[in-house]
Amino acid sequence: MSKGRFGKYGGQYIPETLMNAVIELEEAYNKYKEDPEFKEELAALYKEYAGRPSLLYYADKMTKDLGGAKIYLKREDLNHTGSHKINNVLGQCLLAKKMGKTRVIAETGAGQHGVATATVAALLGMECEVFMGKEDTDRQALNVFRMELLGAKVHAVTSGTQTLKDAVNETMREWTKRIEDTHYVLGSVMGPFPFPTIVRDFQKIIGEEIKKQMMEAEGRLPDAVIACVGGGSNAMGAFYDFIENKEVELIGCEAAGLGVDNPKNAATIANGSVGIFHGMKSLFCQDEYGQIAPVYSISAGLDYPGIGPEHAMLHDCGRARYVPVTDDEAVEAFEYLSRTEGIIPAIESSHAVAYAMKYAKELSKDKIIVINISGRGDKDVAAIARYRGVEIYE
Amino acid sequence: MSRIQNAFKNGKAFISFLTGGDPDLETSEKLIYAMEKAGADLIEIGIPFSDPIAEGPVIQEANERALAAGCTTDKLFDMVARARKNTEIPLVYLTYINPIYTYGKEKFMKRCQECGIDGLIIPDLPYEEKKEIAGICQEYGIDIISLITPTSHERIAMVAREAQGFVYCVSSLGVTGVRTEIKTDISQMIDLVKKTTDIPCAVGFGIATPEQAQKMVQVADGAIVGSAIVKIIAEHGKDSEQPVYDYVKSMKEAVTKV
Repeated sequence: MSKGRFGKYGGQYIPETLMNAVIELEEAYNKYKEDPEFKEELAALYKEYAGRPSLLYYADKMTKDLGGAKIYLKREDLNHTGSHKINNVLGQCLLAKKMGKTRVIAETGAGQHGVATATVAALLGMECEVFMGKEDTDRQALNVFRMELLGAKVHAVTSGTQTLKDAVNETMREWTKRIEDTHYVLGSVMGPFPFPTIVRDFQKIIGEEIKKQMMEAEGRLPDAVIACVGGGSNAMGAFYDFIENKEVELIGCEAAGLGVDNPKNAATIANGSVGIFHGMKSLFCQDEYGQIAPVYSISAGLDYPGIGPEHAMLHDCGRARYVPVTDDEAVEAFEYLSRTEGIIPAIESSHAVAYAMKYAKELSKDKIIVINISGRGDKDVAAIARYRGVEIYE
Repeated sequence: MSRIQNAFKNGKAFISFLTGGDPDLETSEKLIYAMEKAGADLIEIGIPFSDPIAEGPVIQEANERALAAGCTTDKLFDMVARARKNTEIPLVYLTYINPIYTYGKEKFMKRCQECGIDGLIIPDLPYEEKKEIAGICQEYGIDIISLITPTSHERIAMVAREAQGFVYCVSSLGVTGVRTEIKTDISQMIDLVKKTTDIPCAVGFGIATPEQAQKMVQVADGAIVGSAIVKIIAEHGKDSEQPVYDYVKSMKEAVTKV
C-alpha cells in the first residue's frame, strides 16, 4: 500500500504532474510541524488573529427547552472569518509561505473556505485565486464579493454540476498548470495524502480545546461530540482528540437533502460506496459504473459526493457513527438556535444542531453533549428566507 | 509480441484519441476504422467519466456528450469487441481509476482481455498507486502505460524501470488541450527514459498541427493527438468519419516524413 492510508482508505490517486508537489508538501510539513518557531508563529496567529481559543458555551435555554442532556456549543462561528476554516488555512498558508510559495489557490463550496483563504492570503501577502461552482457563486453571492474585497480572484466554475466537487476538479486542474509558485490550500480532510492528515492536524485544536474547556466546566469529558460532515474537516477537528476516549460518542451529521431515499441528497455514508476520486480512496455517492453522482443539499458546504478517508475508516470500525439530516430538519434547527439562544448557526452546522435536538431528548439530564457550531449563519440568511418563501436577495 | 509493440515497429507512430460514445458508439466504431485506414498506429479510447480532472474543456465536453448519449463501460466494451473482430490495430483505454475500481478490477481486466484492449492509460494512477491493479493487469496481459511529465524529474527513471507498452510523455504542465507552443525540453525527458530502458516514448498534450507532431517525433517515437481530433468530432458529430480520416492522414504523413 502507498502512503497516507486510513485503513484501506486514503492514498495518492493524482496525476503524475502533481506527485512531486505532494511529496514536497509532505516533506515540508514533516519538517515544520515540530519546528518550535513555526508552532509559535501559528499559535500567535490563532490567538491574535483568529481569536482562539473559541468559546465553549453552555446552552442553558436549549438544554431546559429540550429537557434532556446538557448541551454545550463549541463556538467556531466566533473565529475570524466566521468558521473553523481559518484554523486550517492559517496553518497551510504559513506552511506554503515557508515553502517559498507566493500564490495560493483554493476550492470553496459555501464560500467559507474561500473567504478564509482570501483573508489569510491578504494577511501574508500572497496572491490568491478561488474556484467556486457557478451554482454556489449564485447562492452565496455575498461571499464572492467578500473574497474579491480581500483581493482574491474568484472563478465561477461552469463544468459538471457547478458545485463543490467541480470546484475541486477545477482547482486540481489549475494546480497542474502552475505548481512552481503555487500551493493548493485544500479545505477539507480529503484529497491525496498528505492533505487529509495536514488538514486534520490543523483542525484538531477544536477537539483539544473542547476537552480542556469541558474539564474546566464540568470536570469530565462529554458523552457525545456532534458535528456536521461534508468532506469532514470540522468534524475531524472536533473528534480527533476524543478518538482515544472510547466512552465519548462521536457523531457526524450528513446532508440528506430532500431525504436519504430521494435522489436529491448528499449523504455519502448512508448511500455511498467505495471508490477512488479526488486523489483518495473513500466512500462516494456514485453509480454502478463509478460515475460520481450529482448530489444535492441546501447547504453548499455539505454538497459534496464524498467524505474524507479518515471518516470512512472511523465509520467502518464503528468508532464514529454518521446520521443523515434533511434540509427541512436543518432549516428548523437554524431557526430554533437563532430563536432560543440568539446564535445564528451556519446552515452546515445546523445539520449537527438538528440531530443534537433529537438526540438530547433521548438522553438523561446527567449526560453532556457538545455540538460543534462550525460556522455562523449570516451568509445563509437570504437563502433561508427564500426557503421560507420570502424573496429577499443579498 | 503485444499489439502495442507493433505500433512502433514501422517508423514513427501516430496515436489518435477519441472519447468512446461521443457522439454515439456507432460513430466511435466507424472512427476506429477511419483512423486505422488513415494510418494511425494505435488508438486511445477514452472511457467517459463524470469528472475527468486531467482534461481540458474540449475533452471534458466530449465526456459529457458521451454520458448524456448513454454510453456506459459495458456498452463501450461491447463496441470494442465488435471492432476487434475487424481490426488488429492496438487499442488502449484512457480511463480514470474509479470506473475500473467500481466495475470490479478483475472483471474489468477480464473484459479488456476478451474484447481486445491491449493497455490502459490511467491519469490518476501514479507510480505509487500502481499496485492497485498491477497484479491483475499482469494476469490478464493488459499493459499499464506510464506517464511522465515536465515535473517528474528524478522520478522518470523509477517510472521507466517498470514501464510497459510505451511511455506517455506529457509535453506540458496543465490539462489536455491544444497549445500554440510546447516549451518543455522533451528530448531531456526521453533521454532519461532511454537511459533506463529501451521502451518507445510517445509525446502527447497540446499537439494539433502536422508541424508540431513532426517536431515531437524528431526526438520521440510517436505523437499522440487527442483534443484536436475531439474538436473535429464535436463539430461534425455523426459525420466526422471523413474529416477525422483526412486529419489523421495528414498527421501520419507528417510524422512519417521525419
